[in-house]
Amino acid sequence: MRAIALVAGAVFRESVRDRVPFGMVIFATLLLGASFLIAQLTAGQDMKIIKDLGLAALSIFGLLIAVFIGIGLVSKEVERKSIYALITKPISREQFILGKYAGLVFTLITNLSAMTAVFYLVLLYMNATTSEIARQAWPAPAMDPRLLVAVTLILAELMVVTALALFFSTFSSPLLSTVLTLGFWVAGHFSEDLRQFNQVVEMPIAAWIAKALYYVLPNLSPFDIKAEVVHGMPVPAMHVAYTLAYAVLYISILLLGAIAIFRRRDFK
Amino acid sequence: MPAAIETQGLSKDFRVGFWRPRPYRALHELTLRVEPGEVFGFLGPNGAGKSTTIKLLMQLIYPSGGEARILGRPPGDLSVRRRLGYLAENPYYYDYLTAEEVLTYFARLLHVPAAEVSARVSRTLDEVGIGAERRLRLRQFSKGMLQRVGLAQAIIHEPELVVLDEPMSGLDPIGRRHVRDLIVRLRDRGCTVFFSSHILSDAEVLCSRVGIMVQGRLVSSGRLSEMVGYEVKGWEIVATGINAALEAELRTKARSLAAHADGHYAIHLAADAKPEQILAELSSRGATVESMNPIRDTLEDFFLRQVTSAETRQTGHL
Repeated sequence: MRAIALVAGAVFRESVRDRVPFGMVIFATLLLGASFLIAQLTAGQDMKIIKDLGLAALSIFGLLIAVFIGIGLVSKEVERKSIYALITKPISREQFILGKYAGLVFTLITNLSAMTAVFYLVLLYMNATTSEIARQAWPAPAMDPRLLVAVTLILAELMVVTALALFFSTFSSPLLSTVLTLGFWVAGHFSEDLRQFNQVVEMPIAAWIAKALYYVLPNLSPFDIKAEVVHGMPVPAMHVAYTLAYAVLYISILLLGAIAIFRRRDFK
Repeated sequence: MPAAIETQGLSKDFRVGFWRPRPYRALHELTLRVEPGEVFGFLGPNGAGKSTTIKLLMQLIYPSGGEARILGRPPGDLSVRRRLGYLAENPYYYDYLTAEEVLTYFARLLHVPAAEVSARVSRTLDEVGIGAERRLRLRQFSKGMLQRVGLAQAIIHEPELVVLDEPMSGLDPIGRRHVRDLIVRLRDRGCTVFFSSHILSDAEVLCSRVGIMVQGRLVSSGRLSEMVGYEVKGWEIVATGINAALEAELRTKARSLAAHADGHYAIHLAADAKPEQILAELSSRGATVESMNPIRDTLEDFFLRQVTSAETRQTGHL
């Protein structure tokens, strides 16, 4: 546990100083800050636009950060050979993988927290500068705590993406890992369509392959509750609980797979 | 007492080729023993299998055959790694951490007592000559400075065995001198040092024993004195004030005569020549003797003979 915490601490320290993800956080916060200007252009829809834009910014920039640092965790370490010094210390390869993952999740939480804080500041400003009559027309209050539920699911989705990036990094190059991770992320948002594939094709084999892919690919669409939150629609607690449990299960399988591959890997 | 390093028939095959991968044997049944307290030089040309051996010892790669033991335990044993320091060839660390942070991180992983970490980090950075740069991020470091960070992380926990893969690589002459001095200090503390190199002068100065690798095979191993020998192969006399008549006479007695400047010559004599007679003659004919040295076999001569004959054997097998 101590070794995992030390590796995680080093990953966090290195990641928060890296210019590219730092730049992404700055850009995302600027975008969030500017969202209320965009909202001025849309009569009566301002709050929905701000929330939509804010949650989308959190999701996209979080994804970029997760992929960018996630790939660097292992495959860049292997490519640059910085891994040599680390895994020859009294640390097992399992601890290395878990430490790297924990460090990145901690970095993601920090970055998402910073972006969410800016998001809430914008909402606070909008709330304070909008008349009572206009506020009543909003489908949900500005400081809606359910926004935090949406952010939590965004974080859970990003944790799945990070585990994917880490898994691919254990056996492929940084470029291939990036392509595979982004490919799985895109496919993961359409995996519900794979389940229904038998209704649109007649070939049983195609339907069977689609069904198999549905179970293998991450199902990321349940993590996206932006529309429900923005429009003030209910988000059942069971949906959130099942989605989080699914994230834990999928991440565990990916980490076990990453460990199994990494344990026997040669570092030439 | 267990050997510091012991290998028995250690072999490694890599798969080469994309469409039809075939095995390529990078290391052939290496059997080697390094005793505690030794400075062992692992020599060989590029591609000889030195780094492959070291990676097997560090369990960065897994063997295809045979076995290795480090300080009496298997290479992957975590308790052994606490007693072991390793420097990779052309090391690279974390761009955005400072030298001090990287070393603190490794010291903690190596179970250096918490109360000692800070002092140990400072002392070690000073010892490898980058104490003044401790708060610079590593992305600002030159290749030679990164090499020194690598050396620092290999010795910060005062290990019993240090394995250095090409420790002089990327260093300027001052840096190389520092590393040589560091290896001597480690040896004096009782630490076993195993290092790979293709710089033979370093091995000649530092090592008690060497092993020579060629094309994945250990072709020779033993004490330098046994390998190189101390028999005199000839003599070199350097003298000035040699006129044309004396020069013509010396050419008949010497194996060769090399003119350095007008009247200034290096005279090479065979081993069985009598240098005293030449010295007396030079003196009586008005020349001044500047120096006289015996010519002995060097490690380089031995190394080149071993490499050439091993390569010839290999070619003959093909």
